[in-house]
Amino acid sequence: MDKELQPIGSETRAPASQRSRTAELLKHAKALGKEIDVSIDGNSVTVPLGTTILEAARELRIHIPTLCFHEDLCLAGVCRICMVEIEGQRTLQSACSYPITAPIRVSTHTAKVRRARRHVLDLLLASHHGECYICTRNGHCELQALAAEYGVDLFRFGRADRPRYAIDASSHAVVRDMNKCILCRRCVRTCIDLQEVGVLEALHRGQHTKVGTFMDKPLADVVCINCGQCINRCPTGALRANDLTDEVWEAIDDPAKHVVIQTAPSPRAGIGECFGLEPGRPLTFQMNTALRRCGFDRVFDTNFAADLTIIEEGVELLLRLQRAIVERDPAAVLPQFTSCSPGWVKYLEHFFPDYLPHLSTAKSPQQMFGALIKTYYARTNRLDPKNIVTVALMPCSAKKFECNRPEMCASGFKDIDYGLTTRELAKMIREAGIDLPKLEKSDFDNPFGTATGSGVIFGATGGVMEAALRTVLELVTGQKIENFFAHADIVPLRGFEGARYAEVPITKVGPVPALVRHLFPDWNWLRGATLKVGVCHGTANAKRVMEDIRDGGRFSHCHFIEFMACPGGCLGGGGQPTPTSPAIRAARAKAIYSEDHAYSVRKSHENPAILRVYEQFLAAGPCGHESHELLHTAYTRRGKYIA
Amino acid sequence: MTTSAAVQTTTNRLTFAAIEAGQGLNAALKQPPADALRQVAFSGLRGRGGAGFSTSLKWELAAKSAGERKYVVCNADEGEPGTFKDRVILADFADLVFEGMTIGAWVIGAAHGIVYLRAEYTYLRPHLEAVLQRRRDAGLLGSAVAGQNGFAFDIAIRMGSGAYVCGEETALIESLEGQRGEPRNRPPFPIDTGFLGNPTIVNNVETFAWVTCILAKGADWFKGLGTEKSTGHKLFSVSGDCARPGVYELPMGITVAELLEEVGGEAAKAVQIGGAAGQCVPAARFDRTIAYEDIPTGGSVIVLGPQRDLLRMSRNFLEFFLEESCGQCTPCREGIPKLLEGVELLQNGRCSMTYLEELCGLGETMQQASKCGLGQSAPNALLSIVEHFQDEILGRVVAKRPPARRERTA
Repeated sequence: MDKELQPIGSETRAPASQRSRTAELLKHAKALGKEIDVSIDGNSVTVPLGTTILEAARELRIHIPTLCFHEDLCLAGVCRICMVEIEGQRTLQSACSYPITAPIRVSTHTAKVRRARRHVLDLLLASHHGECYICTRNGHCELQALAAEYGVDLFRFGRADRPRYAIDASSHAVVRDMNKCILCRRCVRTCIDLQEVGVLEALHRGQHTKVGTFMDKPLADVVCINCGQCINRCPTGALRANDLTDEVWEAIDDPAKHVVIQTAPSPRAGIGECFGLEPGRPLTFQMNTALRRCGFDRVFDTNFAADLTIIEEGVELLLRLQRAIVERDPAAVLPQFTSCSPGWVKYLEHFFPDYLPHLSTAKSPQQMFGALIKTYYARTNRLDPKNIVTVALMPCSAKKFECNRPEMCASGFKDIDYGLTTRELAKMIREAGIDLPKLEKSDFDNPFGTATGSGVIFGATGGVMEAALRTVLELVTGQKIENFFAHADIVPLRGFEGARYAEVPITKVGPVPALVRHLFPDWNWLRGATLKVGVCHGTANAKRVMEDIRDGGRFSHCHFIEFMACPGGCLGGGGQPTPTSPAIRAARAKAIYSEDHAYSVRKSHENPAILRVYEQFLAAGPCGHESHELLHTAYTRRGKYIA
Repeated sequence: MTTSAAVQTTTNRLTFAAIEAGQGLNAALKQPPADALRQVAFSGLRGRGGAGFSTSLKWELAAKSAGERKYVVCNADEGEPGTFKDRVILADFADLVFEGMTIGAWVIGAAHGIVYLRAEYTYLRPHLEAVLQRRRDAGLLGSAVAGQNGFAFDIAIRMGSGAYVCGEETALIESLEGQRGEPRNRPPFPIDTGFLGNPTIVNNVETFAWVTCILAKGADWFKGLGTEKSTGHKLFSVSGDCARPGVYELPMGITVAELLEEVGGEAAKAVQIGGAAGQCVPAARFDRTIAYEDIPTGGSVIVLGPQRDLLRMSRNFLEFFLEESCGQCTPCREGIPKLLEGVELLQNGRCSMTYLEELCGLGETMQQASKCGLGQSAPNALLSIVEHFQDEILGRVVAKRPPARRERTA
């Protein structure tokens, strides 16, 4: 593991705009054993020097309301809802940002505090324009919850009677309604500090302050990568994904249309949260039943396409290696980057366009699947592709952008017509009157039904690399991966560290399997080689890794690197249920890895359905002529300069 | 009375005029930093920007704070309405300011000084750069200040961009770092985590000038002036309805009445002390003293004659804050427009007593819950008028039952 690269989370690099040394102080305190007594509402607790009042209160199970505070983000201390009174101080202090460095006595609900909190809420509500009934966040809005918690019973300082801003619906992925924004700036801190993309920032000052883009341009015209992390952290309905449920219902209701849906692994691990279950309870097979009840004609498993991606991407890697090692071609581009995260792809197109040749040309599983459904599946089932509607259930908002890329229509039709988020599907299921957790289970539809565990773990950071290594190592060595890693679990690639690095020596090589024999005469050139791989998640870490590559650091010597735009990988995607936190993401990851163990086939190249597709349809094999037409793509040099 | 060189500003006799460049610095460098600090501590000097924090304590904390790079920042973002004394100091006595910064650097162990100059004072920059160059040429800045080996210190000038809130020290530092000028959470304080995360002292222009005088003339001299808790003299920027507006050096602890006599403003019905962020003192309380223990001020004194409408003045101030709030924290960003709306309702005779009370409560919340001094002091003017000038307010309150709440703010 690379210690020089910082992990993501609240202890990331000190945010420039809202610097706080709490985390640093804590570290020192633990090292020095410095502790301090604090009394909160008469209860005493001893905490490390520099602990915030909020953290100390949570230790004591004392509830202090918060709005701008978020576990994933640096401190802001701007909403002022977490005000507390410290004995002997003239002003109130924000509990989330106040580090305890002296013994203090804190009161969390004095008359002064209660009045201040009510005033803060009254003021926020006075400028918050939006009707709860018609809001996507109705029922799980943090502002609504606080208004209930503090018994707000009148608009003491009036209320906004008309919108101030036009809704920005320019983006395929993210819709911004700044009338509902309460300026907690979680989205700003997400975009600048957590993801280091820097599209959103506060504009203007005072009452004219609004969160906006460069020159207040539409979101579609700036360097937004559509990761949707801002949506996951917005406390209100100011940010939401571009909802396509009406369009999907319309397709379902049209008897002429054959509507197929593919479901990605992460939504299964998350959708239960929309139905009141604790995080980490996968509902894969209940969801299949629900989708059929909703009226989808076929329910397919994206994992099939994930397996296909592994084959294509893995073979592409081997071809690049062959070119570099055997042909000694200086133009061979390594390391190869994964291309299944559309947020990451757009990030690279904007911020490191010179490195686009490193990006695997393999499409993401979602798009590969769409291309196959409108060709292979249409042909074998004698369907006219123009009557097929492909829907993809994804944990992702960027997938909505990806399926609208103009190049993604190899069959002459859009590979994928609609991308749905986990939240949107939960809405459809509720609308259909279905109690998801209590449904009976049912399997995926054929011919793609059979998937492998390798597809499932795509949902977690490190999963794509793990799946790729399982396949590449077996293809090359001819040995079972279990001989190298117990239970085929490649543990060094797992976890939540921001950037991870691993080396896998190839001591022996085996015969070349039939699937790729036309591409590689033998593996002798790989004997004794050490495969170097990297994994990183969150674009802030991706930026570190890219800079490391640019500067000739350790990652520049890698052969293959997995990049995921979202913290935690897809399971923390911008289409997943809110709220999100490190603990929630860890629970989802656990669910995903346990599902992997449940599969009988856990390696992509052993998936019989995949082998069948190559036999029947993609006759030239992996990275062959047909697969290049359908399963591979090209990228756009976007750059970061905005016209 | 004399006239300042830069802009036609009348001043009384200023101590600064009698101090020669180099006097203070040479005295400071003759002693170890700790002794120089002791002198400042003995003088009892408190921050002249208005907050009145002990200068020596700030320096002591910065000196003790661990950090390889330390910074001395001069807050020349003089933006408080009715303040112009720093302009006079910078125009006529820049040497004393730079010397004070150099002494500060000697005390805390800094090698870098920055003057954060208000955008509106851009015209002073060539003059200040010339003074800096002259000091460099004279060896008073550079790799070995005044021949003192191992003591390197130089000063750079950085321009503000016209935001009032950047006079708040942490917003000033954010601005210096190239960020939006928004106050940070405190603690941690700049003495610990300041410019680029390094220990930093931020002091007012006048504070640095006084440090030079204290080192030149002795701490005893300074301590002998003013009151016990507010030692020394202070510069006041006097404007408004008085015969002789200008910059005045007066001892701390002077009563409002004495000050008015000095400037020819005896007919005032009130004095706004401390600028828009300060308080409005009625004639009945002109016996109060201007000192940190009574009425603290950064030096702005606005004399209000009998003809002045105080509600209009408070509206003017609120409009100012409305413009200058950084928009970061809720009480300030959302509270100021509500107070302003309230004043407008009062002016139109449409504000009920109940709502006025609600607004005063909101004002107190803003004083307690805002993130920085701007929001905390924005309601001051209105609250002090409601407290001291009930006649002016009550005549405008709607006597009968208030209309339904929603309509009131429509």
